[in-house]
Amino acid sequence: MKRLILSLLFLLPLSAQATIDAFEFSDPEYETRFHQLNHVLRCPKCQNQNISDSDAPLAADLRHEVYRMLEEGRSDDQVVDFMVTRYGDFVLYRPRVNSMTWVLWYGPYVLLGIGIFVIVLISHKRRKSASETHQSKSKPDPVTTTGTLDAGLSPEEAARLKKLLQQDSDT
Amino acid sequence: MSKRKLVVFIPLLVFLLLVGFFGVGLYLDPRELPSELAKHQRPVPDFTLPSVTDPSRIVTQDDLKGEVSLLNVWATWCPTCKEEHDFLNILALEQGVRIFGINYKDDPVKAREWLRRYKDPYQLVILDESGKLGLDMGVYGAPETYVLDAEGRIRYRHVGAVDANVWHKLQQVMASVEQEQQSGEGL
Repeated sequence: MKRLILSLLFLLPLSAQATIDAFEFSDPEYETRFHQLNHVLRCPKCQNQNISDSDAPLAADLRHEVYRMLEEGRSDDQVVDFMVTRYGDFVLYRPRVNSMTWVLWYGPYVLLGIGIFVIVLISHKRRKSASETHQSKSKPDPVTTTGTLDAGLSPEEAARLKKLLQQDSDT
Repeated sequence: MSKRKLVVFIPLLVFLLLVGFFGVGLYLDPRELPSELAKHQRPVPDFTLPSVTDPSRIVTQDDLKGEVSLLNVWATWCPTCKEEHDFLNILALEQGVRIFGINYKDDPVKAREWLRRYKDPYQLVILDESGKLGLDMGVYGAPETYVLDAEGRIRYRHVGAVDANVWHKLQQVMASVEQEQQSGEGL
């Protein structure tokens, strides 16, 4: 049991703060916002990390800027704008909704809609054709039940098909 | 029948579309960020910083104006900067290209030593010890080379070493900026 608990403990995600900056905040609210911002801002140098994760000197500079701006009393939007004017939309892990990103934000819903539409269409068609074949299912002759199949066949092919099907029913 | 035939081709069309997307994607470098400043042709951000070679001299953004020129961000801790330095020397000292330097987050003593040892291709080297100017310009990796127009606006950015290929591209940008500004003056 002890071992089980111990091994389960290893599965716990260790959300350790990768960087140790000694920032003194004049207001605890700044500190919360500081960490929130650092998590949504992407480091331009090491591109798959946010600036809180990254050890790059540039990320440290950016953290420092975030700290400075918060202490100056700037809003979150102002901090984000500051970063975007310098590094572009790239720094945002959560892209803004604008004409450039509409496809990104709403594209999946549109595709989902198309998918649902196609499924409904197909199932509707299937049901319709199923009820049609049900109605026309009166003669046991194998050639006429394949009526849709031999529509495009030449007389020789139709004859061959008939022969093959009869062979099948003979055996 | 013909409607059916078209439906059959839809997967092929989707496939070709994806091939197109991925094909283009193969040739894009995800590490290369477009420069926001170059995109909007913004001027070099305001700064007041000393010169590396003469710390008593104060340099501002106005010193970069006047002619189409290059602005090179470098540091002694950056190996690629060493790699491109000889090429910059050729451009500046042999071909007379106007190049300004930003010594980015570096030790000015080392920077002066570097310029003495490897020659100095720069008209002026701005001492950006804190990296604040670099940050305002959106620098994310030295070396970076910018094309500035005569009004000191940023027109183009290259991230990485300048070599013959890159210089070819920079030259084209500089020529078109020059032409644009000349025709602007003529009006």
